[in-house]
Parts: sequence; structure tokens; C-alpha cells
Amino acid sequence: MTQLKLDTDAKITWCPGCGNFAILNAIKPVLLELNDEGILPLENVVLVSGIGCHAKIVDYIDINSFYSIHGRTIPVATGIKLANPELTVICFTGDGDAYAEGLDHLIFAAKRNVNITTIIHNNRVYGLTTGQYTPTSPTNFKGKSTPFGLDVRPINPLDIAFTSGATFIARGYSHGIDLLKDIFKKAVLHQGFSFVDVLQVCVSFFNMYQYYNQNTYRLEEHDPEDHDAAYEKIREWDYNSNDCATPHIPLGIFYREDSKTFETNFLNSGLSTEDRDLEIKASLKSYL
Amino acid sequence: MIELSVLVGGKAGDGINESGMIISRILNQLGYRLYQYLDYQSLIRGGHNFSIVRASKDKIAAHKDKVNFLLALNQETIDFHEWRLEKDSFVIYNADEVKTDQPGCVGLPLKEIIKETGAPTIARNSILIGGFCKIAGIEWEVLETIIRREVPQDVDLNLKVARQGYDSAEEKMKMKPLRNNPLPVITGNEIIGLGLIKGGLDAYVAYPMTPSSGVLHFLAHKAEDFSLKVVHPENEIAAILMAQGFAYAGERVACGTSGGGFCLMHEGLSLAGMAEMPVVVVVSQRVGPSTGVPTYTAQGDLHFVMNAGQGEFTRLVIAPGDAEQAYFWSATALALSWKYQVPTIILSDKTLSESAYSFDLEAVEEPKEAEPVVWEGGEIYQRYLRTNSGVSPLAFPPNPYAIVKVNSYAHLESGITTEDASEICSNQDKSLRKEEALIKELNDYPSVNVYGDLNSSTALLCWGSNKGVCAELGHKYHLRVVQPVVLNPFPIQKFEKAFFGVKKTICVEGNSTGQLARLMRNFNLQVDEKILKYDGRPFSIEYLDDKLREVTK
Repeated sequence: MTQLKLDTDAKITWCPGCGNFAILNAIKPVLLELNDEGILPLENVVLVSGIGCHAKIVDYIDINSFYSIHGRTIPVATGIKLANPELTVICFTGDGDAYAEGLDHLIFAAKRNVNITTIIHNNRVYGLTTGQYTPTSPTNFKGKSTPFGLDVRPINPLDIAFTSGATFIARGYSHGIDLLKDIFKKAVLHQGFSFVDVLQVCVSFFNMYQYYNQNTYRLEEHDPEDHDAAYEKIREWDYNSNDCATPHIPLGIFYREDSKTFETNFLNSGLSTEDRDLEIKASLKSYL
Repeated sequence: MIELSVLVGGKAGDGINESGMIISRILNQLGYRLYQYLDYQSLIRGGHNFSIVRASKDKIAAHKDKVNFLLALNQETIDFHEWRLEKDSFVIYNADEVKTDQPGCVGLPLKEIIKETGAPTIARNSILIGGFCKIAGIEWEVLETIIRREVPQDVDLNLKVARQGYDSAEEKMKMKPLRNNPLPVITGNEIIGLGLIKGGLDAYVAYPMTPSSGVLHFLAHKAEDFSLKVVHPENEIAAILMAQGFAYAGERVACGTSGGGFCLMHEGLSLAGMAEMPVVVVVSQRVGPSTGVPTYTAQGDLHFVMNAGQGEFTRLVIAPGDAEQAYFWSATALALSWKYQVPTIILSDKTLSESAYSFDLEAVEEPKEAEPVVWEGGEIYQRYLRTNSGVSPLAFPPNPYAIVKVNSYAHLESGITTEDASEICSNQDKSLRKEEALIKELNDYPSVNVYGDLNSSTALLCWGSNKGVCAELGHKYHLRVVQPVVLNPFPIQKFEKAFFGVKKTICVEGNSTGQLARLMRNFNLQVDEKILKYDGRPFSIEYLDDKLREVTK
């Protein structure tokens, strides 16, 4: 097993130190591992990305992919899953993608519990458009479109996913690859809508390494099946950079639930040409 | 009598559409060919709805203003439609509510009959229809058969009150049974649905929007029979993006909407252009701009759909004009979309979508086989292999030998993003080659139709649902009627052939600026006269007849 196996010829154009490398270097071994274990052949995997720095990830992995448009990873992924439930579909999406341009899709995917995985590269800043606020940027964030500071509070995306019905909710951090790998593997294997918000640091426009290093901690002795405990942990940090004496940003799996998945409603598999013609004729009889 | 028009009117919620349909089915049993226009407002209860059923011995696809029968559930129906009556027309009305001094009137005490029999209020329609059948000399058995088949509940009570209506009236004429077999009477939206199924539809994704929702409702209802996946997602953006997920995974898919929803689909349409995803979009026009007039017809979106989406990419735009065309071209839209990996728009309008037509499946040419180019293995798979035809072989995951990479960015043959100058050009040139191949292929299709007098030097130029009214009057006045069905890429060779020898061109359109006339200017064809209608109402035979006399005198 070698990571090189999944590389493409594309030149990686992320900034040195970019948090996207951690996500790339975590997902590749997870997929190779699942392939080697005979659990998930690589050809059954489809990666879907949106637009932004994060989205380049599909150019860098030699696996089936759909490089979609801004905010629209989730509907594309849903279509692929409904068309062929045998495929494992993983969305890579930015915080602008998932929480601004395409928030409706996130809510509906969670509500439907469609069996796909969504990994949000949440750097809390628009990187590729060179530094504007996103839905998860903290209050007072100074970006190019809000030079005097952002006067609104961020959203808590985990809270939104939870309220909307996601059946797997986790938070990762682009520093600490083992935890990321563990979360990704469990997310991909989860039967239902898996939501993973990754605190992915943008070194060029919003370098939060120091803050995250000081304030994150791993969820331990937390039962992700415990609905109320999950809700409490989800709300522990509101994505605002308020100072706290102790680490208050939990990392790990917050919530997990077994529930019916959306694609099981769509198991029709097409008709032969002859059957179609017969059915059309039969159908027309009711209009006489 | 070889032709008859019946108007039934009342409030929304009174069952006007269903009444019209029952009358259509009765006349259908007698061998007549039907066209049914439905006029309703954007409300659930109240207002004024009416349906005009026109029956003829020949195939028709337009309504007449004048009616032989007016079936009035309320006073408004008389007030609004009195002008439609001829000297020898009949009015059958609700005597509880309606006052009229028209000759040829038959008042039926609907309230009393309903009260006496305990039938549901909706059965008032059956009483009026009973009266209509008697006056028109239609055998009771025909009415009974249709009520038994069409009325979903309280069949016996409906029959009982219909009989009272029947017995209260006198026979005044004889609708002679014709020697035709009955044909299915079915709406354009349902036919578009069946055509898509014929074309191999696996999935339909749509957010409801009048007047396209009929396709969604029909396919959702028939999902099991036709083994379809029918999805109603969060919005139109999701609809066209989900559709591309289906297409990526190898399933034939369509979505549907009207102008406002299509606005939301633009980024998805442009994606389909760049990523070469075969997706069919049914766009049924209504009066715009913006919310406009939701339940009324228009042809204001031709240039809109032709130009929607950023950048330059090949798209197929098809505007069928009647039920047979809607069936053939909906099937063909899917086939050509897949063969050339391009987005296709089926441009309908409220008139085509929601009117009902006698549909003759036997008269439809069998849609051609147009198989997609599928990868058969060999070298390393490249999703965007730049072939001479511009069409790259398709592969679908999971395929252990093919990695399928699709991209919204300009891309290399492998599907990986590029910003290289020559690669950008090669990418675009590939798209242009596909368009050339598609134009060539379209020469084998009935992409331009000619009706009326093929040798006339005066041509009526029309598109979409106006085909019906134009063909009928073209026949009457010995005019040549030319209807391009494919509007993009424009089948100019076929069109020039159809137009050869024309000296005067009259363009008939349901918009205020003459959008087809504007398109014609690209091909150096000047339209001499424009007959435009943009009040939300379709052309009637009489209206166009009058306008034609004005411009041809």
C-alpha cells in the first residue's frame, strides 16, 4: 500500500502550510485502507467538490470525481447516490459552499438522511477570493469586504446539522492527522448523512493555529448515541473567538444515530425497451 | 354536425377541469378528435374557471371563441361568456343561481336535485353534463360508461343526478357517432412525460412550478409502473444539479420548471455545458417577467433559454407544437442529449402543457435510435478524450478500469483542471465540433414542419403551441405554414428548403416583440408582418382569422 497510488499529475497549488494538506493526507490513506480491507473498492468511490481552495482536492486524488460548482456539492452527490446506491459518495466542500451559497442543500441532505459524507473545509475565510468573511467567521473579523470588522455573530454549523437531522456529526482539525483519519473512516462507513466540520486553517488569510491549539480538546467519555449529551457538546463552542480559561472546542464524534436512509426510497431500476412500450400503451388506455 | 364546442364554467374547486374532461371523453367515444383548453386563475377556491372542449372530425390543436354549448354553474359564467354564443347555441345553467334571457336556455334546479338525492355538491357537474348529452342527442349509455370510468367516488349518485339532468332536457340535435376509433385525450405535460419515458427516462427531478408541474405529478404518479426515480428537491438549483449527479452515474434524467425556476437553473445549465452532462430540462412558459401571470400562456422565453448560462456551449432547444410532436421530441431530446452529451431544453408553454389533445400514438414516427458513445476499454480512460466528432466515450462508476473525472473548470482530456491557453482552446473547439455533428444529425429529423399549401408564396411562421391554430388556418386560406421545432442549433438548411419561394412572411407569436422573427434576422430573413398576442390567452381560431384578414387584405 502506498499513498502515491492515488496521486494525479496535477500540481498542488495550495499555499505551504495550508490546512487542506491535512485533509488530503487523511482521506487518501483512509480510502486505501478501506480498499485493502476489502470493505470499499476504490472504483466505488466518487468524490464531489465545490469551488474554492478546498475543491482542488479532487484534482489531486486519482479517484472518480465530480468537480462541481460553488455551493452545489450536496445535490450532485445526492443525485449520484440515488442513481446508484452502490457508490460511496464523499463531498468536499468549503464553509462558503456549505453554509452560505448552499445552506439549503445541507439542511435538506441532513433532513433526508441521504447516505453520503460531507467534509467541510471550514477555514472561516474566503481564501481563493483573497480574504472575505464567511458564515463562520467570528464577530469583528476584518476582511476585504468588512474592513472595519464584522458586526454579526457566526453560525454554529454543527447545531444546524443536528437540528436538521444529520445522523453523524463530527468536528476535526487540520492539525492532528490521526484524529482526522479516524473521523473520516467512521464518517464514510456510517449509513446515513455524515457531517464532518474540519477546522482547516488558512495560513494566508486567517491563521488560527495558535488559537485552535490552545482551545481544542478531544471528546472522551462522550457517548455519541446520547442525544442530549451531543447537543450540549455541540453548543459548547459557538464559533466565536471568545477567550476562555480552558479549552472549549471539542473535537471528535459528537453524534451518531441509525436511521432509514433516503436512497432506499428510490430502488427502481429501469425497464426494458419492450416493457416501456407495453406500459406506455397500457397507460394511454386510461385516457380514452 | 362535424364540429362542436362546449364551454363549462364555474368557480375554482367546482371541478371545471374534470367536467371538461368528462365531456371530452364522451365526445371521444363518438369518434371525435378533441382539443380542450383550460382557463384558470392562480387561486385554490373561488374566482372563475372555465374549460372549452372542441370536438371535430379532424385532428385539431386550437380552440374556438364561439361555443355551441355553455354549461354555467354560476352567473359569472353567463356574464363572462355570453359573447361566445351563436344564435343556435344552447345554455344549460344552474337555475338556483343564474338568471338569463338568452334563447335556447335550459335551467336545471341543481340545488334541489342535490338535496333530494343526497349527492355531493361536486355532482352538480354531472347534472349539467346529463342535460348537455340529451340536448346533443348523445345516447345515455355513452354518458353512463364515462361517468362510471371517470368519477372517482359516489358513482351511483352521480349517475342518478346525471339521469335527472338528462331526462329534464329535450333532444335538439344529433351528435352523430363517427367511424373513428377513440383516441387517448391527454394533456401536453403528460405526453411530455410519456415521451421522456419512451426516450428511456430513469429519473425526473423537479420543484413544482406552474405550468410545468403536470409533468412532475404525472411521473410521480407513474413512478412504479415505469420504474422511475422521481424526486422533488429543495429548489430548482438542486433539481438541475441532482440531475447531473444522475447523469454522471449513467441514468437518463430530466428536470422541469417554468421561467422563474429556470432562472435558478442557469449555473447548472452552464455546468452541463462545460462538464458535458446530458440533461434535459422541460421549460413551460407562462406570462413574465418575474412572477408574471402564473396560470396563463406566453412565448416570451425563446431567447432566454437559447442564451441562458454563462459562456458559450452547445445546447439543443426544441419547441414541440402538439401532442404527437411533444411525444416524439421528448423521447428524441433524451436520445440526442446522450448521444452528444449536451443539455437539451424542451420549450413548452401553458397552452401545450395543460391543454388536452387527442393523441394518436400510431401517427408518431418511431423515435430514432441514437445510442450514446460508450467506452469499450483499452487505453487509460479519459472522460474528455478529444475525438474528431467532439464526442468522448462515456464510462460510469463503478468501473475498475476507468476513473471518471468530471469538471466545471476548463479541463484536460483527463478531466483535471487547466488554465493553459492552448488547452482552453482545444476544450472549446471540442464543444464546437459537437455542435457541427449535431447540426448534421438534425438534418435526419423532422426539425422543420410545413403545413397548409406547400406552394403558397405567403408563409405563416410559427413555433410551439401556435402550430395548431396556424396549421388549421393555413389549410383554410391556402397559406404555407412553417414551424421550426428545433430552434437551436437552428436547422437552417431544412428551414431554407421549407421557405423556398416564399415572398411574404407573417410571423405569429405569443409575445410582444416577435422573438422568432428576431431569431430569423440572424439568417437574413425579414418578417413582413407580425401577429403578436401577449395577454396570456392563446390564439383562438377566430382571433387569428381576423388578424390574418387584416394583414393579407
